[in-house]
Amino acid sequence: MSNVDTTTSHGHDNAHAQFDTRPIWRTFWILLGITMVELLLATIHLKTGFPPKYVLNGVYLILTCAKAFYIIAEFMHLRHEIKNMIMTIAVPALLFVWFVIAFVSDGNSYRELRNRYDKYQLEQNDKKVAPEGGERETPAVKPGSPE
Amino acid sequence: MAQAIPAGQKWWSGGKSPFNVEYGKLMMWYFLMSDAFTFGAFLISYGTIRFSSNSWPDPNEVFRAFPLMGGLHLPLVFVSLMTFILIMSSVTMVLAVAAGHAGDQKKVTFYMILTIIGGLMFLGCQAWEWTHLHGEGAWWGRNPFPNINGSKASTNFTNFFFTITGFHGFHVFSGVVINCIMLIKNLRGDFARRGHYLMIEKAGLYWHFVDLVWVFVFTCFYLL
Repeated sequence: MSNVDTTTSHGHDNAHAQFDTRPIWRTFWILLGITMVELLLATIHLKTGFPPKYVLNGVYLILTCAKAFYIIAEFMHLRHEIKNMIMTIAVPALLFVWFVIAFVSDGNSYRELRNRYDKYQLEQNDKKVAPEGGERETPAVKPGSPE
Repeated sequence: MAQAIPAGQKWWSGGKSPFNVEYGKLMMWYFLMSDAFTFGAFLISYGTIRFSSNSWPDPNEVFRAFPLMGGLHLPLVFVSLMTFILIMSSVTMVLAVAAGHAGDQKKVTFYMILTIIGGLMFLGCQAWEWTHLHGEGAWWGRNPFPNINGSKASTNFTNFFFTITGFHGFHVFSGVVINCIMLIKNLRGDFARRGHYLMIEKAGLYWHFVDLVWVFVFTCFYLL
């Protein structure tokens, strides 16, 4: 803790001691605004069925990433660190691109294969259940489904 | 933080941290990286299972209740409140860090208390939601909610929901504990004596990370 001379300034450094709180509030309004837009879109979709769900999902993901960017860049202050530091965080985080695409497409492929070769599982998806009561006692795992 | 960096600074010539951050803060960043991959693995496995299912329960049907509103159909309202609380407590945390930079011990105390209150409010909301869902018959291993097309749902939905929000809630809880320790240390004057409030910054990083994870949990469970 005592070897803080690794950084070029302390809290006592007067030149930059005064932390500007305006960007904090601006970030807060951006985050709040994005969340409101998400909720508005969800409500419009619930009431009218427009925009279609798959379009909306894309929008949600983009807005979520925007929110994540603002939290990391401003609240966690990463944007104001030096480039070397930013890169050691940002470059490993790129693994998520592969991580998401690989695993989600894997799940999708599994569903398609199972629907093609296991018709029972496909038929189960068309059976309606009574909305209330009774169903809690029946085993939740369908026979024939591996999980 | 926003240090004055001389032009043409040679970072790798030795004698200083090439990342220009204090050791503990750097390690907090790397811990958060690994924690991000833990949460990422959880959420991505949720995505995989959801993509491998023909149908899935409708979040607007499951999460539609609000405290003291009885059976009113209010999708997304309660979770919006939770999101707002967490964003707000993140803001007070940054303000605490800012006050620490200015060396203002009283202000740090004030904003830390607000942050802790925000965290406790969020935990209270989550406790209410869990209790409510448990009352409806949802828990690990049982799922009373049908799929969106009316067919019978597997327990995957509730298993993932309780595991991931539980793991996140545990992070919020430990964040509140860490913030309480920081508050006590600040009240004792430890940071003022030390001359800097870097510990507040490190606790702040952790707290923002909790907020960050909630952004993704919110999208994955309540919106998609």
